[in-house]
Amino acid sequence: MNLDTTTLLAILAMAAVTYVTRIAGLLVADRLALTGRAKAAFDAIPPAVLVAVIAPTALTTGWAEAIAAAITAVVAFRLPLLATVAVGVVAVVLLRGVL
Amino acid sequence: MEQVNPFKASPMREARAGLRDIAPAAIAAIPIGLLFGAVAVTKGLSPAEVALMSFLVFAGGAQFAAIESWVSPAPILALAFGTFLINVRHVLMGASLAPKIRLSRAEKFIAFFFMTDESWALSERRAIERPVTGIYWAAMAAILFTNWVVSTTLGAVLGSFLGDPARFGADFAFTALFIGLVAGFGRSRITLVTVGVSAAVAALVHHFIGAPWHVASGALAGIAAAYVTAGPEARA
Repeated sequence: MNLDTTTLLAILAMAAVTYVTRIAGLLVADRLALTGRAKAAFDAIPPAVLVAVIAPTALTTGWAEAIAAAITAVVAFRLPLLATVAVGVVAVVLLRGVL
Repeated sequence: MEQVNPFKASPMREARAGLRDIAPAAIAAIPIGLLFGAVAVTKGLSPAEVALMSFLVFAGGAQFAAIESWVSPAPILALAFGTFLINVRHVLMGASLAPKIRLSRAEKFIAFFFMTDESWALSERRAIERPVTGIYWAAMAAILFTNWVVSTTLGAVLGSFLGDPARFGADFAFTALFIGLVAGFGRSRITLVTVGVSAAVAALVHHFIGAPWHVASGALAGIAAAYVTAGPEARA
């Protein structure tokens, strides 16, 4: 059980920054009454963020990851979430073995 | 008409729905948590420090980014800024979810400590059909939080015994999970354009500039694309 002081401070700083980002939305949400294009842009936040997080892994790591991502995307519209994850993981293992 | 709520939310049913919805994400997070802990100890963190970070920060993407570039002594300001860049999406996520979740304002300040991409995305999806209750949120938060703290700490303790996670595809679980979550937002024209633009810009920025800039730039490009695509057909 050893805690380095600088590491502890770094962890506390990361925790504080993260908590502020999590509650900041509560402070601005009341002032957001969106319609039309602005609403379309706001509604696009979820898929836009999720895709941006994974795009490098899915698209630029290699052919195995890119093809596995495409297969996952196709089955994602037909299977439940856990089955989708399973298909993706199995696909990437098989493709890495082949490619 | 909007005052009438056709969904009688029984606490048990809400808790069970939360557990059922979060189960795939929780299972997918276990190998990722083990991986995080195992990598963190190779960078010089103790299992106690790994446990504390997961407990207080509770943000996988930011923790992975921090550990990837971890040096000793820890560069506090650089780590704080990197964490901000990766987690600034929470501001938009929180603003979007805040009016849809049935909690008092004070409760939301506690509840949102536990906001993750997964629990937020599932709540947004649920909000399309019915109100998001505090019990639904709490069930997901309890599972994900416990799961993350335990799996990362276990990974740190087990350390090098785990071997290379890429060997059994565990490193791809996060990507596959997110693809599944994105599919839940449907295939409308605006969504498809958003996804395409966000993916292209994020991949290009990651390649030419590097992490963590791809998250903010890709997301903003996708949001801008939705704004442009909605265009004249979107009426207030």
